[in-house]
Amino acid sequence: MTTVERPVGGRLIDQFEYGLDAPICLTWELTYACNLACVHCLSSSGRRDPRELSTAEAEAVIDELQRMQVFYVNVGGGEPTVRPDFWHLLDYAVGHDVGVKFSTNGIKLDKARARQLAGTDYVDVQISLDGATAEVNDAVRGTGSFATATRALENLAEAGMKDMKVSVVVTRENAGQLDEFKALTDRYGAQLRLTRFRPSGRGADVWDRLHPTQQQQRELYAWLLANGDQVLTGDSFFHLSALGEALPGLNLCGAGRVVCLIDPVGDVYACPFAIHENFLAGNVRDDGGFQRVWRESELFADLRSPQTGGACTKCAHFDACRGGCMAAKFFTGLPLDGPDPECVQGYGETALAARDVESVPPRSHLDHSHRGPVRGQPTLLGIPSMPPAKACAESPLAGVPLT
Amino acid sequence: MAISAEFDPAMPWQKSRSVALRPEPFGALVYSFSTRKLSFLKSKLLVRVVEALGDHPDAAAALTACGVPEAQRATYEKALADLARSQMIETRTPA
Repeated sequence: MTTVERPVGGRLIDQFEYGLDAPICLTWELTYACNLACVHCLSSSGRRDPRELSTAEAEAVIDELQRMQVFYVNVGGGEPTVRPDFWHLLDYAVGHDVGVKFSTNGIKLDKARARQLAGTDYVDVQISLDGATAEVNDAVRGTGSFATATRALENLAEAGMKDMKVSVVVTRENAGQLDEFKALTDRYGAQLRLTRFRPSGRGADVWDRLHPTQQQQRELYAWLLANGDQVLTGDSFFHLSALGEALPGLNLCGAGRVVCLIDPVGDVYACPFAIHENFLAGNVRDDGGFQRVWRESELFADLRSPQTGGACTKCAHFDACRGGCMAAKFFTGLPLDGPDPECVQGYGETALAARDVESVPPRSHLDHSHRGPVRGQPTLLGIPSMPPAKACAESPLAGVPLT
Repeated sequence: MAISAEFDPAMPWQKSRSVALRPEPFGALVYSFSTRKLSFLKSKLLVRVVEALGDHPDAAAALTACGVPEAQRATYEKALADLARSQMIETRTPA
């Protein structure tokens, strides 16, 4: 590994490429347990991992974040609110100068919790919704999940909560609903957040079918330029900047440089979309804790060197998109120094077509997906199994005409 | 109450009380616990200026005391004006 000297002065984005002493913000998934079974779950969540960080261990992580002056964390999962100590950890973080924005499907946000949240400063709530209508949303997130999310939004609005977020992963199915999402969000006094769909976790299984088309990407880009000030994106659409004008925010892959992920068992990955051994930098339970992983891991040191080679560096748009999303390339089996699979100049499609037919894209070593049927299971991939002919019929062939 | 207004280098200023600076190799990350906004100071000299504001009768004196070169004074005043607008620094009542 060669260490490259950090330049003095210049643009901030060039400084960020060399990494920071602590993340700007980080994502912390508190549990792999989830009541839902969304088809595109980035962390293949469902079942709790028995090695999950304990309450005391989670508090120790918060203490460390406070010492490192990480001023806020994005908490997610799984469904973080199903952890019995979730509300305690929320108070603990806020009490230690670590602001929390948590993502939830809304399952636990009844009127009482909504009032509690509205009365807590320094906490942001983000409700996940992947369709502006129940039909589109529930096909990927599960029957009843639209109703759960909108009920939570109603409770929050009624409690006087301001600026909660509605977080949407943009897919081929909902890309045509951007104005409807905006209207829905405005109705609750909430703020819209759109993020990019990556082929991470179970997302890899449905990526071919759900990632936006090139035409939809161009429409999304135009929409973001027109509505950019009012819509949050987590800076996740920087690959679209190669269409022309740069989008607001950081147009750079922040993995291991300005962001990272702490997973429910304390493993530290370069980014929330990169749960794979190749991007595992260490564990907060190791000697030296999170700070040592962030500052000393070899993987992160590697990620903090600017890209100098590869097909993309020769492209006229490289300065705009910086080669796109590392996780999107990795989980579609593309080289990390080549184009993003959704490259808006079309190089990604060429690269995808040129993949070795024998090659299998890498998969995460982790899968916490539910093993059995889940109530309201999403139907995007079809009905999971044939229902029995009668409630008491045990034979798999019952009711099947055999002649 | 301190009011963050139009930046005037002849006035006494200080880093806002709800603001924290986190040192970084290029300067510092600035975070406001009241507006929950994040910003960056792009040079270590600017970090010293922001930290020194409260110790001087006015912002101009802080710039001089920190040794900001004459040629860069306008740039630094503009940076302070941006910080005033985003409430990262605030005026203070002279002691």
